[in-house]
Amino acid sequence: MGLSIIVPIKQVPDIERVRFDIEKGRIDRSSAPGETNPFDLNALEAAVRIKEQLGGMITAISMGPPQAISTLRDAIARGADEAILLTDIKFAGADTLATSYTLASAIRKIGKFDLIICGEKTVDGDTGQVGPEIAAFLNIPHVAYVCEIRKISCEGMVVVSDMGDAYYLVEISFPVLITVTKDINTPRLPTLKDKIKARKKQVTIWTARDLEDIADPRKFGYAGSPTQVYKITFPSVKNRKGMLFEGEEGIPKIVSILEREGII
Amino acid sequence: MSKEYEGIMVFAEQHEGKIHPVVFELLGKGRELADVKKVKLYSVLLGYKVREIASELIYYGADEVYVFDDEKLAVIDVVKYAKVIGELIREVRPEIVLFGATRVGRSLAPRIAAILETGLTADCTGLYIDDKGELVQVRPAFTGNILAHIKTKTRPVMATVRYRVMKMPKRNSNRQGRIIIRNTPQIEDSRVKIIGKLRRKKIDITKENIIVACGRGLKRKEDIKMIEELASILGGVIGASRPLVDEGWISRDHQVGFSGNVVRPKLYIACGISGSPQHLAGMRDSEIIIAINNDPSAPIFRIADYGIIGDLYEIIPKLIEEIKKRKEIHESKNNKQA
Repeated sequence: MGLSIIVPIKQVPDIERVRFDIEKGRIDRSSAPGETNPFDLNALEAAVRIKEQLGGMITAISMGPPQAISTLRDAIARGADEAILLTDIKFAGADTLATSYTLASAIRKIGKFDLIICGEKTVDGDTGQVGPEIAAFLNIPHVAYVCEIRKISCEGMVVVSDMGDAYYLVEISFPVLITVTKDINTPRLPTLKDKIKARKKQVTIWTARDLEDIADPRKFGYAGSPTQVYKITFPSVKNRKGMLFEGEEGIPKIVSILEREGII
Repeated sequence: MSKEYEGIMVFAEQHEGKIHPVVFELLGKGRELADVKKVKLYSVLLGYKVREIASELIYYGADEVYVFDDEKLAVIDVVKYAKVIGELIREVRPEIVLFGATRVGRSLAPRIAAILETGLTADCTGLYIDDKGELVQVRPAFTGNILAHIKTKTRPVMATVRYRVMKMPKRNSNRQGRIIIRNTPQIEDSRVKIIGKLRRKKIDITKENIIVACGRGLKRKEDIKMIEELASILGGVIGASRPLVDEGWISRDHQVGFSGNVVRPKLYIACGISGSPQHLAGMRDSEIIIAINNDPSAPIFRIADYGIIGDLYEIIPKLIEEIKKRKEIHESKNNKQA
């Protein structure tokens, strides 16, 4: 009994450290180690807390290169029961539409589920599109920017969604997909014991062939991606005045500037 | 054969009868693109008792406005909205569909894109038509360090566009256009029940013109009062970098940065903020940036228009004092004139 929860996660480069390969026009992934997308840790933590309350089973699923397996091991250490890695050269170069199509296909293959929890966005792509797109492909409702779970049972839940101008109180029945913000919880760190246990656990690997019976392989990866980067430019840095003042002598200067700009 | 995709459509996000200002910005940009392509500019408005505001969309540049006015659409349920708009797009077949990159837009647009199986580009800061007559979407990537120019193979081309990037067009109440009232198609129960709005947020920092933000240079939670005072005498609001929010000193509504709010106010004053890439990504496009920091090598100074190198605990109280004095002088002058 309990709930069947699916948490899609992504391995991302550490954006504070990663370098950009100007010639190739893409992120040089070798310049920084991969880590779990920070927003996905909140999604996973939300799933673990629900499981602690109602019981059930958590499946973490990720699409990425073979080394993304370490992210799934991390997910197991943090409380996922099962982990599936979608890895195939055919999946590579996917935009959000192809990514969500592939993930939705894999979720269909998993079969029965009650709840899908996604992070609100990834730190590298920064689109926040994959969650709602997965929901649309699975033809289930979604609620985005969930910052609090008020009530939950095996039939459905009441959540608070932060829509920018206001908070909405929303009641939903399963199956449903939610995307969660960082406000929903503070992810716990896995213990050493959890990490050791996770190392022994099998991660299921699915390739494009494993999804062929339920998906159209032409919709995978770069070939199935309608949006394509056509060129890369550098932002014209706004010409800043860069006038620096030492200590208190700056105060009257700043005040005059505020006056000139009509602020005071 | 179905007709060619033609025209540009703008989603008119409204809350309780008030149109979000990003919609007018999109109509301004949409008008410009439509004129280049010599096509029509459509807008689609959903809600309840919203007929009266439909003409506003024409005043800001739309040629035709599709209105779905229904009690069932009173609150924004993206599942229902996606069905209605998806069907309308299938019928009208616009080549380009634009949404504000608000939270509503960022939740609604991908749902529609997946229904239509078409490409969607998030958070654009630029849109232009290339020499082939195709739309190019520009978006910051890699925490804003590069700009990706993106083209879409499928139709319609869909994009969400950041608020306050495109120019606000002038309202022209003499503009003529067509308002087309539509019946809401049968929509099955979305299983999503919006019980209500809990509370309006005290602030939506992205809509503010003046932000005074503080960071790790602040030593104690109580000292936020000092920053608040500076913000309030300038008629602005307080912002904060991530560490202060993570510490629980201030709510996330005030967070400026990549994982908080991306802002571009008229004036941004950064107090005791060194300027991590994640913070800079959230405020680098502010019109005027003033930084106060004791470390002259802090990255914030590199993008600041004006800076004071000094201890914020010494500078800010004196700055507040000085501003108050000047304001008094202005007021007494005004009084004399009156």
